[in-house]
Amino acid sequence: MSSITQTTPAPASVRRYRDYDQPLWKRVLLTREMAIIALLIVVVIVASMTVRGFGQPITLTYLILDVTPILLIALPMTLIMITGEIDLSVASIVGLSSVITGVLTHGGMPFEIAALIALLVGGIGGAINGFLVTVVGLPSLAVTIGTLALFRGLAVGLLGTTAVTDFPEFWTDLAKAKLGATGIPLVIIPFLVLLAIFAVLLHFTPFGRGIYAIGLSKETAAFSGVDVGRTKFILFVLAGFVSALAGIYYTLRFGSARGDNATGMELQVIAAVVLGGVSVFGGRGALHGVIAGVLLIGVLASALRLANVTSDVINIITGALLVISVVSSSFLAWLRTRRQAPGGKPRVEVSTAG
Amino acid sequence: MSTATTTPTSNVTKRVSAIGKARELGILLALVIVVIAATAANPNFLFSADGWRDLLLTPSILVLVAVGQAIVLITRNVDLSVGSVLGLTAYLTGRLFIDLPGIPIVAVFVIAVAFGGVLGLINGALVAFAKVPAMVITLGTLYAYRGINVLWTGSDRINASDLPKSFLALGTEQFLTIPILTIIALVVLIIAGWYMKNTRGGREFYAIGSDPAAAELYGLRVTRRLLTAFVLSGALAGLAGVLYAARYGTINSQAGSGWELDAVGAAVIGGVAIVGGVGSVWGAAIGAVLLLTINRALPILGIPDFWQRAVVGVLIIGAIVLDRVLAVRQKRKLIEARDDS
Repeated sequence: MSSITQTTPAPASVRRYRDYDQPLWKRVLLTREMAIIALLIVVVIVASMTVRGFGQPITLTYLILDVTPILLIALPMTLIMITGEIDLSVASIVGLSSVITGVLTHGGMPFEIAALIALLVGGIGGAINGFLVTVVGLPSLAVTIGTLALFRGLAVGLLGTTAVTDFPEFWTDLAKAKLGATGIPLVIIPFLVLLAIFAVLLHFTPFGRGIYAIGLSKETAAFSGVDVGRTKFILFVLAGFVSALAGIYYTLRFGSARGDNATGMELQVIAAVVLGGVSVFGGRGALHGVIAGVLLIGVLASALRLANVTSDVINIITGALLVISVVSSSFLAWLRTRRQAPGGKPRVEVSTAG
Repeated sequence: MSTATTTPTSNVTKRVSAIGKARELGILLALVIVVIAATAANPNFLFSADGWRDLLLTPSILVLVAVGQAIVLITRNVDLSVGSVLGLTAYLTGRLFIDLPGIPIVAVFVIAVAFGGVLGLINGALVAFAKVPAMVITLGTLYAYRGINVLWTGSDRINASDLPKSFLALGTEQFLTIPILTIIALVVLIIAGWYMKNTRGGREFYAIGSDPAAAELYGLRVTRRLLTAFVLSGALAGLAGVLYAARYGTINSQAGSGWELDAVGAAVIGGVAIVGGVGSVWGAAIGAVLLLTINRALPILGIPDFWQRAVVGVLIIGAIVLDRVLAVRQKRKLIEARDDS
């Protein structure tokens, strides 16, 4: 091979998802996900040592109770964003399922049936998103801005400014119950079950490989036998379903069904997912990174609150963290190309050596 | 865009532009229907001094933000930070009047617009140089700017009594029955509309949004254009912030929160495609007017305004579905025209 054709530098726009010329330990340890997990560990250690009260079991309890809705919704959101789509309507489905549970329970229906209907409505909401995105062929960002307003409007319209607060004590207690004396709330169990389902689905099944394939190239995936439309549709339905589940939990946790429950949570979920290493372009990301991303934001919020920092400071930190984490990875990539091309000269010598 | 090669298909081009016009005409028609229906239910909606003023005044601030958003969307980006920029500049406006008594109003306008532009420049620089999707960057700055606003404001609140009367008058005064704010919004809209349609810079926004790679290969200064788009969006959000202060008088740390989705929604309703390259600032402006007019019309039509967001949602979905249908039909016609020739 002539050195010239070999050494033409790859255009910056070519995305590299895994460097298979690197040794295995480097590929595993030097990933975005590991960086976030390491950062999470550092923050936990520093917070435990410097913030009084952070190491207490009660802090852990509240931390988990607070982040559970975001953790839940982040699972399907990760899969959707890996296909290169997005769902902005999740928080509105949280609100809608909360209101439906409340209205039906208030109307005399047993709570369990009301919750099941709310789950069904969440699934239908997701199916509407999926239908508009896959069958009609609309961009998901636009579709879900529309359904964000629609579902929230239905929620607020059904209940107005009133709130339903009479839920069976058994369920409201269960939402806050702890596993013995550990301080770990019971809600961790359904979350872990869902996490296992989603992890197997994404990382160990052909369906999951299809999700990555769609994100990298829709056309290639379709030619490789992935049913792109069906895959996306299933993911949107799952997102609606899980969001409704989060909505029911949210209702029980605060003992109150309101139309404006969880307003703005979609941005928190997306911020956590992106922080966890999922590319908005699709094709890249993993669940362990996303979980770490959600927990990182949650731990920071909880530690700062304990340290008597205004709770809204978390906004700056979330935002800055998000920007720094995405900018730094492209900055590192830029540095790498700089290093390969000293003085800005074409990378001929380096590449021929390799 | 139309060069010598399109001459044989000028018929098609005409039809395409007719569809483009119909797109904005459709949304304008929807607005007219809403206004007529509300006026029929209650003549005061249009034919009273307050009704007429509110009709023009209420959407004026959102129009400014939507115009900026439309420009960014046309370049195939999005600016989710506009609500936070608006809030920050609104508070800055209040602080300037309190901390520098006697400061000329014009100076406040200039400072606030420049400040908004700088915030937009930060977005633009991060997007253009880091090659990171605008959605992620502006989602980050949405939080960061809002956080800075909360830090700066604290539990403080600016009240109308802290602001000079002449400044507050801007928010209520009229010229030939047209509110000053509306006139400002119209002037901005006309300039932006003219710029996007007739200048090289404006057309390059469309070129970049249609096909970023082709625009780069063709030698357009993509980086500079992206920076310009984000600076414009930030500066217009800044201007909207000053007007917000003038209109409402009360500013706390949450001013303008949630406006980003209204601005994107207005643009999408008005026919600006989220995938870039399509739409106009006129459409976005009409979308903004429709969005806020519906809000006022619903209670008059006997529907509790709690349902407003649901109606807005149906409207957004309807608008993008219509857009899609028109695009598919246009494509089929273009293919037919090609097969005929």
